[in-house]
Amino acid sequence: METSRRDFLKIGGLCALGLSSLEVGDAIAKSRAAKYLTNPDACTAKRWAMVIDVKKCWQAEKEECKDCILACDWAHNVPDIPVKRQEVKWLWNEKYENAFPDQDPALEPEEVKEKPFLVLCNHCTHAPCVRVCPTQATFKSADGITMMDMHRCIGCRYCMAACPYGARSFNWRDPRPYIKKINPAYPTRDRGVVEKCDFCVERLQNGKIPACVEACKQKALIFGDLDDPKSDVRKALDSRYSIRRKPELGTMPAVYYLI
Amino acid sequence: MKIYDGKYILIGLLVFGVLATFPIWLDHGKVIAPADPSLNTPVIDAMMQKHCILPKAQMITEHMKLLNVWRTEVVRDGKRLYVAPDGRKYEMSLETECFRCHSNKAQFCDRCHNFAGLDKATDPYCFSCHVVPSEKKPGAGAVAVVPKEGK
Repeated sequence: METSRRDFLKIGGLCALGLSSLEVGDAIAKSRAAKYLTNPDACTAKRWAMVIDVKKCWQAEKEECKDCILACDWAHNVPDIPVKRQEVKWLWNEKYENAFPDQDPALEPEEVKEKPFLVLCNHCTHAPCVRVCPTQATFKSADGITMMDMHRCIGCRYCMAACPYGARSFNWRDPRPYIKKINPAYPTRDRGVVEKCDFCVERLQNGKIPACVEACKQKALIFGDLDDPKSDVRKALDSRYSIRRKPELGTMPAVYYLI
Repeated sequence: MKIYDGKYILIGLLVFGVLATFPIWLDHGKVIAPADPSLNTPVIDAMMQKHCILPKAQMITEHMKLLNVWRTEVVRDGKRLYVAPDGRKYEMSLETECFRCHSNKAQFCDRCHNFAGLDKATDPYCFSCHVVPSEKKPGAGAVAVVPKEGK
């Protein structure tokens, strides 16, 4: 059979039309595919940070206030393990000399030396834990939070060795029996993963401030965007002198203490 | 035709044939109960038009893939809202979305998993961390009550 030039061009034209219809099909399929969106109510920031007004915290401390710690433990199903070496801690009180060992505690007022300091993950800009994690189970989110991906954690504890603040806890055992009342809206952890404070990322992404900040009646915990000069944290930092834990290490913590 | 040692070879072949088809003989004629997962929870019963996130056939074969994608989107990318191909919106959360309707793990998840031989406590291990709703009160989802007593 011989193909005339005319027929050849006709067939060629039809083929081109057929191929271009693939694109249309693709576009239709894409418009029908599932979409993944951020919650429109989410709290957003360029750099989340926390400021702890130590004096306000101490006022409540007279009545042995632990509202923030209790709220955190409840929100995240943090177990209460009696063995000191196996404790799991997200937010807890630390002595001045342990929280700020580089401050050379010698001649500070007695009040400062004896009162507790609230400590948590510092969500460092240059987080050593993130650098050493072999599986990227811990990573920096775009808004500055040092995140934990529990599914990816292999329990090697490099991050715990790297963290200069002792902010990370390992699950040496199944934590469930040590949780008094389980919050059904949040997962627990399994044996063999590392956990820590994550600035309540699940609450932020659904438009709520962190549980500890919400729970503090004294308003001693201030939370906001460090990159926004009009934010509450920046106003607080403008108004009073503040310190950070172990600044000489260059990790750039995002948790500030107003003195 | 003569087969050397034919007697042994034929007996051997027969034994092999019986052993190789043993699983078929063993289950022959047995009626295996279907997995029969229960869809009857208060929330699902109250739905006018019963639907899941994706069509049923797709949910049966692909729910684990969907959950894995959800996990990545939520944990790694901070995206929590899923818009299904039919336009319905869902929060990507096992606790507050999946369990909101399927509050009966023992009659729903477990029945199929057990049927498929995934009956060890560690397999699938979703539930060693993700909190299963209390089976005594089906439908009672996330009730956030801060306990008053000390830690």
